[in-house]
Amino acid sequence: MSHDSRFHHGDVPTDAKPIIHMENIKKHFGNVIALNGVTFDVTPGECHCLLGDNGAGKSTFIKTMSGVHKPTAGKIFFEGKPLAFDSPRDAMEAGIATVFQDLAMIPLMSVTRNFFMGREPTKGRGIAKRFDVDRANEICMEEMRKMGINLRAPDQAVGTLSGGERQTVAIARAVHFGAKVLILDEPTSALGVRQTSNVLSTIDRVRQQGVGVVFISHNVRHAMAVGDRFTVLNRGQTLGTAVKGEISSTELQDLMAGGQELAELEGSLGGTI
Amino acid sequence: MSADMIEQPDERIRAESFATKLMKKPELGAIGGVVLVTLFFLFTADSAMFTLSGIMNFMTPAAQLGILGIAAAMLMIGGEFDLSIGSMVAFAGMIFGVLTVNTGLPLILAIPLTLAFAACIGAVNGMIVLRTGLPSFIVTLAGLFILRGASLVGLKLFTGGSTQLRGVRDAVEGDWLAPVFSGDAFTGLFGWLASLGLIETFKSGTPKVPGIPVEILWFIAFALVATYVLLRTPVGNWVFATGGDTNAAKNSGVPVRNVKISLFMLTACAAALVAVITVIDAGSTDARRGFMKEFEAIITAVIGGCLLTGGYGSAIGAFFGAIIFGMVTIGLTYTDFDQDWFQIFLGGMLLLAVVFNNVIRKRVTGER
Ligand SMILES: Nc1ncnc2c1ncn2[C@@H]1O[C@H](COP(=O)(O)OP(=O)(O)OP(=O)(O)O)[C@@H](O)[C@H]1O
Ligand SMILES: [Mg+2]
Repeated sequence: MSHDSRFHHGDVPTDAKPIIHMENIKKHFGNVIALNGVTFDVTPGECHCLLGDNGAGKSTFIKTMSGVHKPTAGKIFFEGKPLAFDSPRDAMEAGIATVFQDLAMIPLMSVTRNFFMGREPTKGRGIAKRFDVDRANEICMEEMRKMGINLRAPDQAVGTLSGGERQTVAIARAVHFGAKVLILDEPTSALGVRQTSNVLSTIDRVRQQGVGVVFISHNVRHAMAVGDRFTVLNRGQTLGTAVKGEISSTELQDLMAGGQELAELEGSLGGTI
Repeated sequence: MSADMIEQPDERIRAESFATKLMKKPELGAIGGVVLVTLFFLFTADSAMFTLSGIMNFMTPAAQLGILGIAAAMLMIGGEFDLSIGSMVAFAGMIFGVLTVNTGLPLILAIPLTLAFAACIGAVNGMIVLRTGLPSFIVTLAGLFILRGASLVGLKLFTGGSTQLRGVRDAVEGDWLAPVFSGDAFTGLFGWLASLGLIETFKSGTPKVPGIPVEILWFIAFALVATYVLLRTPVGNWVFATGGDTNAAKNSGVPVRNVKISLFMLTACAAALVAVITVIDAGSTDARRGFMKEFEAIITAVIGGCLLTGGYGSAIGAFFGAIIFGMVTIGLTYTDFDQDWFQIFLGGMLLLAVVFNNVIRKRVTGER
């Protein structure tokens, strides 16, 4: 990006230490090179947007961050220490919660059971330790209400929810459990206007609580609304990182789409995109 | 978010009728089946079937099958099958027979060793399924033949050429642990009830039913524990999640590998428990023990409301499924029907259950 001096390889603001720092991550699937050396980090209280075209490698990248994939090469530092997550469970225990693009919900199970899947609240101890269903239902309804959705019943199967409701459950779940890092992979793709603004303000809220947010979106307005830094991926590589205020939304949009093609389109669509 | 909005109930919910609530229970079909089968035999069978001794008569085979069926149901909810459990009954029976007869171990050692051996084989099954990613149907089908063959070969080896190992009764005679795995429980209570004239007695005054066969107690206890674990513990939630969508469960932090391997170990142990109970009861073991039981256990689980695709089902459903099974097998002997109607009856039940479950599933998930 030599032609645009404002879009530089943005450094971490010197005052904040990153919670998670990914160094030169490579990921190969057989002969497919999905990631080819991506460096990325999140500091507490910031929203770092990850942008890029379809197939750029965004989802693959956040999956290495949340323990789903092991990187082929590269290092992960969590709070300054090198770390390798063996499973998503490890990452969760470290305080990283993720909304995956495919949501990771189980249609046959109830909303509450999905919400707490893998980290159920318990009561009692020893052999009498059991799933605290009442508390789980309560928390689940409450968290959903905060996101602007009144559930009909917490024991409703997720398969019967609408696409947006389902996405909201996944977001509410991640927000509830994301103690240090919250990763959102296109969380607003199916949401209505009110729920989208709810999600954006939720991002703002948890950021103020010191959580580091990684936000993937194809919508530049959403990204500009909450992002502090913007990293653009293209074909498995970083194009660069920009800090808020240093880049306009048109410039960002051009970068995300690889510049040229969008310019052509804009002509025929009369600049409506 | 204003407070009044929170309090306001959603106007789009219609009050759920009691019937729809019931429909959402996976075990509904099995309970309905029990009612139907009971009605059928009330009209066709000799009244002796529903006396205390008649009930014990059909509950005993139901219990032996049910222990397998409940374990198979849990595994099926977790998204896998185990076709090797029938052969496992024979194999564990052989191990148990050899430990008690040939090496003369007391039950306190022989039973845990038998269970541990079975659990290891179950774990190997699970690991092969996970490592290869092959359907468990095929992997355990191989197990079905390997274990059946190993029981034959092993029995001949240990007995010097026979496929039957005798002498278990003598070997466990007088062992303090034997009453837990064989014979009848609550004999005192039944004797007392008989003396009060509350239950049927022989002319001599001893009750016709001396007590409750212990396998029935194991069966009931297992059904209760399995139901509790499935519905009220985190592990139960993991089982449903793993069977519902392994990948989603894993990404949400469920230790799916451990869940699946544990479930394979559970089915193997259930088979070993049935082996111990039936071998002590019969006093001997042979290579045909548990023949076809894997299919009967799966039928039990399906009648009990388990979906073949995993992620849905119930242990209490399998409990009732096994009772249906016991009633039909034994019940026909109380009727004028030819015994061989049994298999037709069973196939029909299975077909009905699968169709019924499919409809229910669509209702629960609101599939569109
Ligand atoms: N498991 C896999 N096996 C093989 N190739 C894969 C696998 N996962 C991802 N890829 C490839 O890696 C590339 C990046 O995929 P990824 O899902 O990360 O894209 P993305 O940036 O999230 O795109 P989108 O915006 O459409 O969600 C794609 O070309 C995809 O085909
Ligand atoms: Mg993606």
